[in-house]
Amino acid sequence: METTRLIIVAVGGQGNLLASKVLGEAALIAGVPVRMSEIHGMAQRGGVVESAIVFGDAESSIISDGEADILLGFEPAETLRAIKRCNQNTQVITNTAPVPPFTVSVGLGTYPDVEEIKRLIKTKTAGLVAIDAMSLAREAGSPMSVNIVLLGALIQTGALGFDREVVEEAIKRRVKPAFQEVNLTAFDLGFKAAASA
Amino acid sequence: MHKLLQDRPGEKIMLLGNEAIARGAVEAGVAFATTYPGTPSSEISLNLFQMSQETDLYFEYSTNEKVALEVAAAAANSGLRTFCMMKHVGLNVAADPLMTLAYVGVTGGMVILSADDPAMFSSQNEQDNRYYAKFGNLPMMEPSSVAEAKEMIKDAFELSESLKQPVLMRTTTRINHSNAFVTFGEIKPRDTRGRFERDPHRCVTVPAVSRGLHVKVLEKMKNAAQLSDDSSYNFVQGEGSLGIIANGVSFYYAADAVKDLGLTGRAKILRPGFSNPLPEKMIADFLAGCEKVLIVEEGEPFMEEAVKAIAQERGITIPIKGKSDDLFSRLFEFDPAMVRKNMAAFFNVAVTPKTPVDTSDLPEIPMRPPNLCSGCSHRATFYEVKQAAKEMDVICPTDIGCYTLGFLPPLSTGDFVICMGSSVSTACGFGKATDQKVVSFVGDSTFFHSGITGLVNAVFNNHNFTLVILENDITAMTGHQPHPGVDMERFGLSGYGRVNIEQLVRALGVEHVSIIKPFKVNKSIDTIKEALAFKGVSVIISQEPCALYARSLKLKSIRPFVVTDKCADHRDCITTIACPSFYLDKDNRVAIDANTCVGCAVCAQICPENAIRPLKQ
Repeated sequence: METTRLIIVAVGGQGNLLASKVLGEAALIAGVPVRMSEIHGMAQRGGVVESAIVFGDAESSIISDGEADILLGFEPAETLRAIKRCNQNTQVITNTAPVPPFTVSVGLGTYPDVEEIKRLIKTKTAGLVAIDAMSLAREAGSPMSVNIVLLGALIQTGALGFDREVVEEAIKRRVKPAFQEVNLTAFDLGFKAAASA
Repeated sequence: MHKLLQDRPGEKIMLLGNEAIARGAVEAGVAFATTYPGTPSSEISLNLFQMSQETDLYFEYSTNEKVALEVAAAAANSGLRTFCMMKHVGLNVAADPLMTLAYVGVTGGMVILSADDPAMFSSQNEQDNRYYAKFGNLPMMEPSSVAEAKEMIKDAFELSESLKQPVLMRTTTRINHSNAFVTFGEIKPRDTRGRFERDPHRCVTVPAVSRGLHVKVLEKMKNAAQLSDDSSYNFVQGEGSLGIIANGVSFYYAADAVKDLGLTGRAKILRPGFSNPLPEKMIADFLAGCEKVLIVEEGEPFMEEAVKAIAQERGITIPIKGKSDDLFSRLFEFDPAMVRKNMAAFFNVAVTPKTPVDTSDLPEIPMRPPNLCSGCSHRATFYEVKQAAKEMDVICPTDIGCYTLGFLPPLSTGDFVICMGSSVSTACGFGKATDQKVVSFVGDSTFFHSGITGLVNAVFNNHNFTLVILENDITAMTGHQPHPGVDMERFGLSGYGRVNIEQLVRALGVEHVSIIKPFKVNKSIDTIKEALAFKGVSVIISQEPCALYARSLKLKSIRPFVVTDKCADHRDCITTIACPSFYLDKDNRVAIDANTCVGCAVCAQICPENAIRPLKQ
């Protein structure tokens, strides 16, 4: 079985860990071996949360620089920061809605131009799907569903090889019943947005 | 029902490494568990705490790791299956009981888990605790995966019972914080009532007894060496004349590298999972069939030195290499590409690494350092101490917890920290060694853990400093665990006592004790000034619940604040307290994010124009 290595980067509170668990569940349904590693010590205090998910036959649960097949970024500057994980064949999917770091919010730092971020990622990797996941999440009914919007976009690219039905089933298993409808809508919006991106 | 209590053998479930370890302990019939929380071990104990509320499993958050190990040592000597878990530096605190408990041994199975943290994701050092096993004469087991960790802890209990010796289980962050599918096994019934049989010639370690016990420990370890050679956790994978010895997560990096480099059939890997004592005979036989051997282990050359000694004894002269300037480092953690590259270099095979994209032309990306939360009471206390001590030459020893982040600008309050409790004792030393004013900071949980003894020392030796105890009613940093000062009713639990910090501090003989409510800024500053002026030991207790915890318990109604048009753009709010709820709006004016503001009103009190007001609802 082919090995596919996926890195997810997010800011604490964006729901990266739930997104990883949904993909893990999808792998179980699809019968694909999976190992995931996460670093989340200071997440609640505004730091970066990174998950590494290895699908297929490799036994390692972390991903070295240059070895991600897919990079999924929940925040544009963090996607760019994580680009050292990519090589020229990596597929990148990113949210375009910034979550400015505190230093930027109070005028002590400069946030890179989002169009420039997109241009840089495009020139360095195999492909970029960039969507405003925050707007789509609001459209779905909750800004908290940014993570699932981005999963929709990820699955649409086909980079992971999972059918959307498998991931939708995983969402049903992993998300509390009260939030399922919003999240399935979010998934659909992300999927469609990636198709037309 | 707690998800880890489900009695469904054979079912596959995705678990965090720490959940898998907790489940493994439950499957082993663990009856008694103790801890002091510390990342990366914290979710093991959190799950056991939750499960203890539904079953007759006894679990406690002990005051510190030494206490946890001693409490557990008694249970294990009453015949119960006992589990004591902590982060790597916690084992330093517990090292005193550990070294002699190894002499005494146990009557029920006992597993002591050390969660090591290579690369220091959330620790002050990256010490390699495998040496504790060697140092203390403890059998040690090290899993390479989440699924293996669950099975291994069950065998660790069996091993402990067969040797009547505590077993050290050593994990690393990449086991504790990885997720994988594991298969539920059967849950062995718990035996929760023990009986202590008096045995003074084993259990009372006066010198005459201990001389005999040391002899016995060495005998036990001789037996352990035999068991290690026969253990299914020590195995050789693959075949060929190129040898690799790899432990823990490095084993899988090495296995992937063998495949990626096309070395299948030419290289074999020995994986010691029962790693103290190392399987000497197995290693000797392995070396005899190799032309050269690469040792792959994070941290110190623990296996490398042992393997070289085994080779020397048997006159084996093949190259054996691990740590060196051109191979593996003793620093930080490994990754698959690094192991592949070093393996290729050592075995002289070609490797074509994937080239990371060029990052030389990236614009500067602003950093995202962790920050004290919106409405964190520590921020207020640090600000107030700074204001009160404005004219003084101050040293601020601090301690381990969220409040260590106070060392970052603009608060810049935190000058020295080495370990839990050190804020208090180092304050003693700085106060005597210098003429500077010393103001030190310790959290409530850390004060109970190991700050109290430093304060007793301060009173006795008549030291001169001000100690600020940050009483936020919880162990915040590791995920909101209780401590002895916590009202357990908030957890919905009864039957607990509660230690009052103020009464405790007064009882220790501290003459100048004051209480501040840090969200009352001016009053707090006045009180702090008085404490700073006192010659001798003064203690300030800053009382305000952790903002995150208060929010999750809905302890307070939240009333966000807004910046009104009275704002004259001094920006004192941003430059002095830097709460993450502030931002600059489109017109470059200071604004407050109403979604994250918890209404602590500290900024409102320092605004010179009185421009920050509660949001009208």
